[in-house]
Amino acid sequence: MPRSGAYDEIWGASGSREGRPEFKHLADWIRDTDTVEFDRRQAAAEAAFRQLGITFAVYGQEEAGERIIPFDIVPRVFTAPEWEQLSTGLVQRVEAINAFLDDLYGAQRILKDGVVPAELVLANAQFRPLLMGARPPHGIYAHICGIDLVRTGPTDFFVLEDNARTPSGVSYMLENREAMLRLCPELFQTYDVLPVDTYPDRLRETLESVSPRSDHPVCVLLTPGHFNSAFYEHSFLADSMGIELVEAADLEVDDDIVWMRTIDGRVRVDVIYRRIDDDYLDPLFFRPDSMLGVPGLLAAYLAGNVTLVNAPGTGIADDKAIYSYMPDIVRYYSGGEAKLPNVETYRCREPQALQYTLDNLADLVVKLVDGSGGYGMLVGPTASSAEIEAFRAALIAEPHRYIAQPTLALSTVPTLVKDGIAPRHVDFRPFCLTGADGVSIVPGGLTRVALKEGSLVVNSSQGGGTKDSLILAPSRQTIDPDGMHQTLGKMSQTMGRGMKPMQSMGRR
Amino acid sequence: MLARTAASLYWIGRYVERAEFTSRLLEATIRFDALSSRPAGEAAWDSALAVAAADQGFDATGADRTAANVSRYLTLDPANPGSIRSCLDAARSNSKSVRTALSRDAWEAINRAWLGIRQATSGGNYATLALVETLRAEARGFEGALHRMLRNEAYFFLGLGAAIERADNTARLIDVKYHLLLPEGEEVGGAVDRDQWTTILHTVSANTAYRWLYRDQPKPWRVADLLILRRQMPRSLLASADEVVGLLTALAKLRGLQGEADRAARTRQATLANSTISTIFAGGLHEWLGCYIVENARIDRLVSTQFRFA
Amino acid sequence: MRLSILHRTTYTYSQPQTRLMQLLRMTPSSHIGQHVVDWHIDIDRDARLRYRRDGFGNETAMLYVDGPVDTITLTVAGEILTEDTAGIVQAANEPLPPLVYLRATPLTELDEGLASFARDLAPDASPLDRAHALNRGIGERMRFDTGTMDVERAAATAFAAGHGVCQDMAHVFIAGARVLGLPARYVSGHLFRRDGASDQPAAHAWAEAYVDGIGWIGFDPANAICPDDAYVRVAVGLDYREAAPVSGARTGGGMETLDVGVRVALSQIQSQG
Repeated sequence: MPRSGAYDEIWGASGSREGRPEFKHLADWIRDTDTVEFDRRQAAAEAAFRQLGITFAVYGQEEAGERIIPFDIVPRVFTAPEWEQLSTGLVQRVEAINAFLDDLYGAQRILKDGVVPAELVLANAQFRPLLMGARPPHGIYAHICGIDLVRTGPTDFFVLEDNARTPSGVSYMLENREAMLRLCPELFQTYDVLPVDTYPDRLRETLESVSPRSDHPVCVLLTPGHFNSAFYEHSFLADSMGIELVEAADLEVDDDIVWMRTIDGRVRVDVIYRRIDDDYLDPLFFRPDSMLGVPGLLAAYLAGNVTLVNAPGTGIADDKAIYSYMPDIVRYYSGGEAKLPNVETYRCREPQALQYTLDNLADLVVKLVDGSGGYGMLVGPTASSAEIEAFRAALIAEPHRYIAQPTLALSTVPTLVKDGIAPRHVDFRPFCLTGADGVSIVPGGLTRVALKEGSLVVNSSQGGGTKDSLILAPSRQTIDPDGMHQTLGKMSQTMGRGMKPMQSMGRR
Repeated sequence: MLARTAASLYWIGRYVERAEFTSRLLEATIRFDALSSRPAGEAAWDSALAVAAADQGFDATGADRTAANVSRYLTLDPANPGSIRSCLDAARSNSKSVRTALSRDAWEAINRAWLGIRQATSGGNYATLALVETLRAEARGFEGALHRMLRNEAYFFLGLGAAIERADNTARLIDVKYHLLLPEGEEVGGAVDRDQWTTILHTVSANTAYRWLYRDQPKPWRVADLLILRRQMPRSLLASADEVVGLLTALAKLRGLQGEADRAARTRQATLANSTISTIFAGGLHEWLGCYIVENARIDRLVSTQFRFA
Repeated sequence: MRLSILHRTTYTYSQPQTRLMQLLRMTPSSHIGQHVVDWHIDIDRDARLRYRRDGFGNETAMLYVDGPVDTITLTVAGEILTEDTAGIVQAANEPLPPLVYLRATPLTELDEGLASFARDLAPDASPLDRAHALNRGIGERMRFDTGTMDVERAAATAFAAGHGVCQDMAHVFIAGARVLGLPARYVSGHLFRRDGASDQPAAHAWAEAYVDGIGWIGFDPANAICPDDAYVRVAVGLDYREAAPVSGARTGGGMETLDVGVRVALSQIQSQG
């Protein structure tokens, strides 16, 4: 069973399988479609993914260990008002993230004003002192942000985590939609779904908009290589943008300019969408043992001759230690309250919060601020008393390294499982692009689903799957004067497709 | 196009061609071994090693030159850089890193062949034949996929690698037969000799072609003529030389540039087209083939330089 | 003092290199107590230099050289006017707040031995006195090996070994000071030897700690003193890697041999006057 009181996004809170009024048709479709038919379609989708090679490598295993991430045939749907609520909150948050980074590598007003404790930023390894004063074009650092959201009720969305380094998963947003269009075309006849396939064009426009040179900028995608677990995504994105997919060996820096080696000689590169971590970018400036990096790349960046997307040094903005200050950061730069709240977070470095955490360990999730991938994490409700006691000792010894959060009743979405359709917990990662013209968000994102009953862990490495995420176009019934509902429904779908689908807002 | 991408495509062409050639070589060798009485049958395996330029590598393993050992070394041994497995590993690894330059069909053919050889285990001649048969089917699939590809740079580099590799393989095949294999005292035109020539024709899938062109039993100079100078025969040296010129010309047209590799390839083509089998024999076939192999390797280097592979 | 400095670095390669690239942090800046009268970088072959100030405030130059190169010599030379400021650094170009220098880095990582050593020295004294105690304490615990510094090793390793070059001792000081809550950083530079040893096999390195109310103060644990007018600061960083005179990358394989010569002397003008 899902956690008690979990809100189901299609069926609503009541637990009945009638569906929320908006999704009556979808609920009927789920109920009326034979499970065998669902199984068949799902298998067809997964076979297609395998053939396309949409795999992720499991580290430490041979190449035969390439796996596909399970795909679930039942989509998740957001109504137009829900998306409106989310996207305005996302724009605000992403603008704040970029303003924060621009401030930290510049005047550091926010630290001087005491909004965020200075040592939390300055002594943090994710803050790169070497880049102090290096301002990228338009002051944009995090051009691509993946914001992880969770939901607990009809209008209750929370940011679980910001990803401002090299967020991945957007290829699933695109491929899942392709699969759904092929396998469940009937859904798209009923619902007026906003398209996601403009993402590659939007990404390319974003890259071009931040080029240091304006005439025909050359953009490339820098991958660590085909052994990387996200290599499929790298090649897919490069291909769909029509830009070169390069490895470090294809680039060389000369005279503070980046060149790419082609069969016709070297070609100057203006923008690099890099899918390599900061540490490995340039062995001359960062980790000297990096084999993946390009020597001198940082020199070209500091000289302003190449734009790196995302800029180096953005890790400070999505650091767990900073996360709990995000509402303050948003308020500081936007002048208003955060439209998308954080999950309530107790900073154990503060004595009162530490006491509360120690008193309620069995109900809380406790995280190491400098840990990742589920390491150094205590999930109170499922932990043994020995584990809790071990964490208690660790907390008392080094409280500043921990934060605590309540365990949330994450929303569920109907999902195809072994014995039919059942609710499973989900999260959501929309992708926000920031270019010279402001923030834009393709109406969609990656929905990850915990396939194990009751599980809140959506990570693909731990048995999580993905779903398509449909965003419905705003209703057009107001332009339906003489009852031609059917025709107009059809027409509005066409208009939806031809429309500029992005939420585009200017930067301050 | 990135220089690395071009290099990868070129090497995919070479590795797939090499894997396919080795498959044919094995198939023909097994056939010859079965047909012949000892010791000629055993000698067939020596010759297979020599043609695959795997003599020294095999001896370094310390294994006896038995049919099973040689066959395993040429098909599955990861320590042999020219084994079918190693070639397919290399082809697939290159394909993966340039996935977007390959058509989906071409990628799938290579991936299937790679999966096939990964699952293969060494067995007797029968198992080897079955494996070889599968691989040849995949190779045909790859060729088919190439023909359906856009005639763009990617296509030309793949073809260029295959044509250069083919020239090398065919030249070595003829050379080994003429100068390493014929047992001493064995009469040219004898039974063993005839079987060996048939084996060669088999290796390059030219048995039927030979009959159509010459309406005769396999005769050494005619086989040499077929494999060296007949344009109609796709694996002949002249056909490969034609192909290299054609592909380089297509690339030059696209890029508006040509260089040393173009000139060397055209010179080779012209020289070959003006040769006759009797002039080649007059100067010594072995010497002639040796020069040809060296020239082919030089063109390979010129291609690498011209397109900045390194 | 008016110091004349000549710092020559020669790289020789066992086979010709097709390309060389080096990040040079070899140019001192002026601040109170240190005035750069004249300074230049000479390369003994065709090269392109791109100058820029890095995030730590260091004057850097990127050097690009096309091959084939089998040997290259970098010569930096100039004149500096120095005054004794009792180690206190003022009016230097400081883009970063001192708190940046509290974090641990791979070369300044501690172990319990080094941490407790730092904590137990003059535990009740003022931060300034604790820093002085640390500086002296390291000199007592560790033997100073003169010689070239070409091996990168972590502070804890050098401390446990009980001896090290000036780079190691600076790292030990930095790690210890950070344990005490004092921001600390690595300084690479030059030292005028009053004993007349003007020719040295390597540049010098020491540390600086930030003490509230005073600012950055130099500490040279290798000589157990605070820098005076014999010291010329060139570059600072969290540890050696960010302040090293040269970080390089080369294309061409083979081996590299390095020859460094440093000459720090009283400027002729002064000696004659």
